[in-house]
Amino acid sequence: MSRLSSIDTPVEEETEVVESDEAREALLAKIQTELGDAVVGSHLVPGADLWVRVDRSAWATAGAYLKTGVGFEYFNFLSAIDWKPSPFGRDMDAQVDLSLGHDEASEVDMAIEQGVAGGDTRFQVFARVNDIVNGLGVTLKADVPDDDLSIGSWVPVYSGANWHERECWEMYGISFEGHPGLRHIYLPAGFEGNPLRKDYPLLARRLKPWPGIVDVEQMPGDDGPADAVETAEAAE
Amino acid sequence: MTAISDREQLSYIAAQAADARVNVEIETEGMTLNIGPQHPATHGTLRIVAKLDGEQVIAADPIMGYMHRGYEKLAEVRTYPQVTTLINRIDWVGSFANEVPFILAAEKLMDVEAPPRAAWIRTILFEMSRIANISLFLGDMGLQVGAVTPAFFAFRDREHVLNQIEAATGGRFHPNFDRIGGIKDDLPAGWIAETKRAMKKIRSFCDEIEGLLQGNEIFEARCRGIGVIPADVGLSYGLSGANIRASGVDWDTRRDNPCGLVHNELDWKVWTHPDGDSFARFWVRLQEVRESTKMVDQLCDGLPSGPVMAKVPRIIKVPAGEAYVETENPLGVMGYYVVSKGDLTPYRVKIRSASFNNISITPWLLKGVYVPDIVTILGSLYFILGDIDR
Repeated sequence: MSRLSSIDTPVEEETEVVESDEAREALLAKIQTELGDAVVGSHLVPGADLWVRVDRSAWATAGAYLKTGVGFEYFNFLSAIDWKPSPFGRDMDAQVDLSLGHDEASEVDMAIEQGVAGGDTRFQVFARVNDIVNGLGVTLKADVPDDDLSIGSWVPVYSGANWHERECWEMYGISFEGHPGLRHIYLPAGFEGNPLRKDYPLLARRLKPWPGIVDVEQMPGDDGPADAVETAEAAE
Repeated sequence: MTAISDREQLSYIAAQAADARVNVEIETEGMTLNIGPQHPATHGTLRIVAKLDGEQVIAADPIMGYMHRGYEKLAEVRTYPQVTTLINRIDWVGSFANEVPFILAAEKLMDVEAPPRAAWIRTILFEMSRIANISLFLGDMGLQVGAVTPAFFAFRDREHVLNQIEAATGGRFHPNFDRIGGIKDDLPAGWIAETKRAMKKIRSFCDEIEGLLQGNEIFEARCRGIGVIPADVGLSYGLSGANIRASGVDWDTRRDNPCGLVHNELDWKVWTHPDGDSFARFWVRLQEVRESTKMVDQLCDGLPSGPVMAKVPRIIKVPAGEAYVETENPLGVMGYYVVSKGDLTPYRVKIRSASFNNISITPWLLKGVYVPDIVTILGSLYFILGDIDR
């Protein structure tokens, strides 16, 4: 499993791109055969990265398979994403919202649009594990429906998931079934709300407006004040 | 065999009874010891609630959050160039290294590549922040076992590196020097020669520390065989950096997955130690500083010429997508998972900081150790509070 010395470990050269691509494809195929229909989406960037989206019910199984079946022994991180844009619009981005006319919350584009490997729900849990012998990493994602924000815990498989799941529970309100003790990790014990959800207001921004997106200094030769964003876009 | 006299027998019984009484008297109830939040071994404000049985720890529960600043939330309302100002403060003794993976992730999404000279200077500063960071550890490790001198030496010699970082970037602690597409400025005149001199000083500092600590009876007794982490446990807790290499796992992102930095063009070696104890972690870090000084020397020699900035738009909009980039930072693997929706601000930034994972092993590791060892174990795991709390 682990190499004890690096003296004669050759450093892989340029050809790596093609190789790791094949390795990732083989890995994806393995995961698909093992988990079957539970793999609901995937995204492969050749020579760079692999995303696999699994069904919520297969989350814990997928973790166990990655660790014992294909040698992804290294637990990297676990977190979640809230795909529903902030109801406060992007007034935090001052200039942009004004220029787009998003003055009222009702006009804010609230469409949920998931990232790579797709998705159906507002919240997604994602985690990354590594195979350090072959230098591969894979990001796993799983949809978590709004009406039942829970998913299987990885703690029995990867001990390191413990704190990450506590953080995720605290910041997003997603509970992990089988976790030995979901309690606050950063915030005080009685804290209400889930700060990393997009609809949780960033109070500092609400109280004191941001000076704005235009932090680019006026360059000599630039004519007209203000709309640096538009100017730059026109220039592109 | 002589028969035992009555008198001897009576005294024996009396002694047994006295022992029994004493045992009853000193049988302790569980005691809870609060270490920190302000404790020199915690590098900030980490609190550890340890349940003790006599001198032995039955359960240890680290309590964080005293310094939680919510960078992941704050990054969502800042433009990409502004984020670097925040993330400089994650690991505050090796600040420049914090910026690198984030900038690389943004560059990956934008499909921009820094020109070679920028990549080399980035690598120089990256390695110098490692030296600035770990040299502090080397001194601090002495402090944990009661030797004060190494700490003074560390602060004295770390200054040479900080001066060089300041000369190049303008900031001693928070350079904020990395830009999407390159770096802010080229190196000042005479910087390379001065840096090489600083590296020489750091190497002699390493020798000094080695002479002071390694082989010292007290240091060895306090560190050898203490806080042993087996490789498989370390992996499942996601330990990284010198902590995992000290458990015999030969894994270094700089060599195995270099993205954007030029470590693969240098002649260097990844050091590992098979023991996995506090001493191994100290030893691996000591070698790493030496290796870094050699790397900086080579980088200074081979520095290519050319521009230090690629062509990027003045207002940076990152195309929609997701990217994860990790680099081997002084404290371990640090990565940023950046989700972009094509705006000026990132949609979501997950900061994977090394110390959070490194310290998550403490409830497992501190179980069964003696109270004085808590300090050396925490010291040898080496964490920076900002890197845990983010």
